[in-house]
Amino acid sequence: MNTHDIEEIQRSVEKQHTFTLGPLQTGPACCDPQPIVQVKNFSLHYDNKTALDKVTLDIYRGCITALIGPSGCGKTSFLSAINRLTDLIPNCKVVGHIQVDGVDIYQSACDVQVLRQQIGMVFQKPTPFPLSIRRNIELPLREHGVTKRAEVEAVSEQVLRDVGLWHEVHDRLDSAALSLSGGQQQRLCIARALALKPKILLMDEPCSALDPIASGVVEDLIVGLQGRYTIVIVTHNLAQARRIANYAAFFWVKERAGHLIEFGHCRDIFETPVHQLTAAYVSGARG
Amino acid sequence: MPEITFVRSRSILRDRLVQLLVYAAVLVVSGVFIWILADLVRGGVAHLSWNFFVDSPRDAGRAGGIGPILVSTALILLVALVVALPLAWATAVLLAEFVPATSKFGTIVRYSLQVLAGVPSIVFGLFGNAFFSIYLGLGFSILSGGLTLACMLLPILVSTAEAGLRAVPENYRMSAAALGMSRTATLLHLLLPAAAPALAAGLLLGIGRAVAETAALLFTSGYVERMPGSLLDSGRALALHIFDLSMNVPGGDAPAYASALVLVVLLLAINIVAMKLAYGLQRKRIMPA
Ligand SMILES: Nc1ncnc2c1ncn2[C@@H]1O[C@H](COP(=O)(O)OP(=O)(O)O)[C@@H](O)[C@H]1O
Ligand SMILES: [Mg+2]
Repeated sequence: MNTHDIEEIQRSVEKQHTFTLGPLQTGPACCDPQPIVQVKNFSLHYDNKTALDKVTLDIYRGCITALIGPSGCGKTSFLSAINRLTDLIPNCKVVGHIQVDGVDIYQSACDVQVLRQQIGMVFQKPTPFPLSIRRNIELPLREHGVTKRAEVEAVSEQVLRDVGLWHEVHDRLDSAALSLSGGQQQRLCIARALALKPKILLMDEPCSALDPIASGVVEDLIVGLQGRYTIVIVTHNLAQARRIANYAAFFWVKERAGHLIEFGHCRDIFETPVHQLTAAYVSGARG
Repeated sequence: MPEITFVRSRSILRDRLVQLLVYAAVLVVSGVFIWILADLVRGGVAHLSWNFFVDSPRDAGRAGGIGPILVSTALILLVALVVALPLAWATAVLLAEFVPATSKFGTIVRYSLQVLAGVPSIVFGLFGNAFFSIYLGLGFSILSGGLTLACMLLPILVSTAEAGLRAVPENYRMSAAALGMSRTATLLHLLLPAAAPALAAGLLLGIGRAVAETAALLFTSGYVERMPGSLLDSGRALALHIFDLSMNVPGGDAPAYASALVLVVLLLAINIVAMKLAYGLQRKRIMPA
């Protein structure tokens, strides 16, 4: 994508809504505000319940974007819309557009398997498969055409090192993934996603099922991934959002439907929020 | 006056009573089983010998053995399973994985299977006779009997397999999909192995029913006691042999007992093997202890 396109997208985006910031003025060096995911007028319904109502939002390449808001405001739904995991939910209907790298992912031409290889996801509860540690990484890799034994092993070792799990498990790769501790399981799930060389990582409250120490380890890991991957993370831990995120998006339930209330630099959302609801939420008064 | 007292309360007595009742029930159930087994051993073990397993029956079964009958039983079972298993498991996969749980199609299929499960086996026998033996011209043959049994086994195989697949946690499907795995790969590598104990249990129930079946085979595979030469020959199943000996052959009690003993031991063995198999499969997938 050349710079001309990017400028044009930014101009059009600025015209469409007020949430997206202009070019980055301050903020972490890693953040070059190039939108990689563009969500436009996106609504999501379960039967006749509206989980997300006309959300418009850009997610910037290489940055960490935190989604905050009370339970039930549609954060998980928003994440699963980005990798079309919503396809698996029979009563879920989507309206609007999500573009990843300029391509509308809800077009019929979009290959979901490739999309999901490009966009990794980590769930709230660690979800390793009931297989060995080795097989957990090997299975998705093979599915994406990496079949040479040496290559599989090299990638496995590399991603396990990346998540800091290698020295803990290298001598028991063939034991059950479910025998690992919760924090280790979650890091294995992150490693499994990284093995597919994704561009974007979606994380749905990745620390909330973990004890404080394991949570800290995972948080440090996420910070380490910043810049190498685009990360969208849902968190209920506002302090954590503040520590790690470059951008923050605040969701809230209005008229029984989830709305995006405010999006901006993380620091601005926490220190100088524009919207009253945001101010109340981040100060802990509501939600 | 202490604030906390540790006086035995009535609830402890109630717990004891419930425990007692549970143990009593277990005792009754295993008692009945042991009694039956003991009765069979008492009446039949004297008649058992190596020759009993390999010889053909003579004098309407009063003498000789059950060699051809074992072969016929195995062939009928084989036909039934070869036909029913792929059909049933494919149906279960369809119902559990590919159509929404509440869809009309799924509901209709499930309902039909339930009805089928409730049909008495003699009705299956009459149907098998009319359809396979007469309409398709297969006559009284092992093939007719096997196909009839296959129809009878479908509901049990489908429902156990479907329940097994549905019991697999949803997050396996979600995380597999999130890793860009295809539905087929997810099914083959995750869902079916996770459901394997249920599949094995269903298979076991199916085999049990098939081996013990009499009425459905009476009019389909027939009761010719000769060694079958092909699947188109008539062949007498073990349960049918027991029925015939005890009902139609005066003086056939001892071989009937012996045959029944063989049948029960066979069922026991199948149970144990299938349980081991399911356990082994589970171990292979490396579950936490
Ligand atoms: N499969 C579903 N069917 C029906 N309603 C759902 C489903 N999943 C989520 N919802 C509803 O949609 C709303 C948003 O849910 P979710 O995206 O999980 O919110 P969050 O992750 O912010 O807690 C909630 O009110 C929830 O009850
Ligand atoms: Mg959620």
